[in-house]
Amino acid sequence: MAERKRPKLAVWKFSSCDGCQLSLLDCEDELLALTEEVRISYFLEATRKIEKGPYDVSLVEGSITTPHDVKAIREVRRQSKALITIGACATAGGIQALRNFKSVKEFIRCVYAHPEYIDTLTTSTAISDHVSVDFELRGCPISKHQLLEVLNAYLNGRKPNVPRHSECIECKANGIVCRMVAAGTPCLGPVTQAGCGSLCTGKDRGCFGCFGPMETPNTAALAAHLKELGCSGRDVQRLFRSYNANAEAFRKESETHG
Amino acid sequence: MPAAEGTAPLAVILDQAGLDGLLTAIRAKGWRTIGPRVADDAVIYDEIETVADLPMGVGDEQKGGYYRLKARGDQALFGYTSGAQGWKRVLYPPRQKLFSAKRTASGFTIDPMAQPDAPLALIGVRACEMAAINVQAKVFGDKDFADPGYQGRLKGALIVAVECTRAGDTCFCDSMGTGPEVGTGYDIKLVEMVGKAGVTYVATAATDKGAKLLKAAKGKPAAEADLAAAAKAVKAAAKQSRKMETATSAKLKDVPEHARWDQVAARCMTCGNCTMVCPTCFCTTVEDVTDLKGDHAERWRKWDSCFTVDFSYIHGGAIRTEVRSRYRQWITHKLSTWHDQFGQAGCVGCGRCITWCPVGIDITEEVAAIHDSTKGRK
Repeated sequence: MAERKRPKLAVWKFSSCDGCQLSLLDCEDELLALTEEVRISYFLEATRKIEKGPYDVSLVEGSITTPHDVKAIREVRRQSKALITIGACATAGGIQALRNFKSVKEFIRCVYAHPEYIDTLTTSTAISDHVSVDFELRGCPISKHQLLEVLNAYLNGRKPNVPRHSECIECKANGIVCRMVAAGTPCLGPVTQAGCGSLCTGKDRGCFGCFGPMETPNTAALAAHLKELGCSGRDVQRLFRSYNANAEAFRKESETHG
Repeated sequence: MPAAEGTAPLAVILDQAGLDGLLTAIRAKGWRTIGPRVADDAVIYDEIETVADLPMGVGDEQKGGYYRLKARGDQALFGYTSGAQGWKRVLYPPRQKLFSAKRTASGFTIDPMAQPDAPLALIGVRACEMAAINVQAKVFGDKDFADPGYQGRLKGALIVAVECTRAGDTCFCDSMGTGPEVGTGYDIKLVEMVGKAGVTYVATAATDKGAKLLKAAKGKPAAEADLAAAAKAVKAAAKQSRKMETATSAKLKDVPEHARWDQVAARCMTCGNCTMVCPTCFCTTVEDVTDLKGDHAERWRKWDSCFTVDFSYIHGGAIRTEVRSRYRQWITHKLSTWHDQFGQAGCVGCGRCITWCPVGIDITEEVAAIHDSTKGRK
């Protein structure tokens, strides 16, 4: 086959912990093969070498939390043919979106000795709230297998195999015995998108909802059941208010409990 | 199936050491023994080697959205009712590679398929599960498009059935006509007899390969009294607290606008658990994967569920966007239109969809509600 031109890849960071970018570096076995297929043009976590835009694919990590972010993401969009957001911060605002439910002014006053240096928005929001996004890859952090699949699909001009159904389907395929049914453990699996590889449920924990709401989440039915299992309204609220607190379905459900 | 006419089927009494001998004989013939064992707070069907792997003294309590193991206080090995997932996992695995291909200068070539794994011996198949295996054999076989994977695995398999001697709270095989007695298709059938003197097994062979293995296990011949006691023990499993209104369930296709669909939709999470644990649900999706260069491709078949949006995706969008239409599709196909397609119901009354539905939606209760509301109507 004729050599195809290597697309230029950029990796951007907004408000985030860097864990999702690390997932790319964590593709140890596949990283060399990947660099043969794409040209890493901008990836500060991996290299100081920077190539100017425009870029064929941009991976965007992190949420929008400052006025500077708002401007920067528009520039990234302008420079990118395809923009793929990676991780719960970029797709839903991340754990830092907990600020959306409280007074940010109060936080700043409590935490910083010199609040006057802090220039921040009152909310943490998803990239797609600010610019158009071509594909959203969920997870806190993302799964490196899904990241490779998305890049792979992009390179080969096909649709990525990233299902939007519940985590339960993945659990059953993996032969995991349901924690909620067999042990009474509160679990967000039925309303959470699959993709993590049953990380928590495979280790006798309930699902924390890292991959955000599944395609048609019936959070009210799950919340009612969690209460039958003994959760208080506050417990239910806290379950829905974590890494994907600002994802619409989880945010709305959390607002009805407390 | 009974042995040749005129000769009584071979029936022997085994103790647990004898049962272990039977497992050894099966493994010695090259079968991979899959059977019940305890893992993650449940009885699951997995690789087993000896009787020591089996769930001794373990019972279970099941109800809608609830499963707990219970100590029975005896030495029974098959004292539970049904495992968390059925035999579909091994006969029709959740992920199956259909083929792989390599790019060549002029096109592509298909790689030869890997040799199939060792044949399976399924140890502890219940009546409902035997029925489910037969239902899937029909789905994957007796029409125009036989599935070589399923048929190959089933053909090579040795089936050791175990009669139930009690029903769980979510069981309703009696009303589906699929139990409590094990129907056809097994090689060896066991009835576990738990008595003061210990635990014994009345083992009956139904096929030649079953008979050969039973002979190797060296049990003492079963007397008439043993067989009568075994038959009596099985009768106890017919006491079931749930039942399916089969006359109504077969006609669900006639009530697509019933108000009940909205009620169940309020509780249904479309998580798909019911379809995953159902021993007859057979739907799959196909995924093509490539390597980064695009020179190597694989096609995989994966379990899918009619509860996902993508399941009903056709050009332009999904046609079952509402929860009610997805639940209705599942239950109507399972109980009603399955008759049109395969000449029988797709439900065997194992109750897994009730137990493993996180919110305990009960297929028999949904049908009963529709039954009650349509009573007396023509």
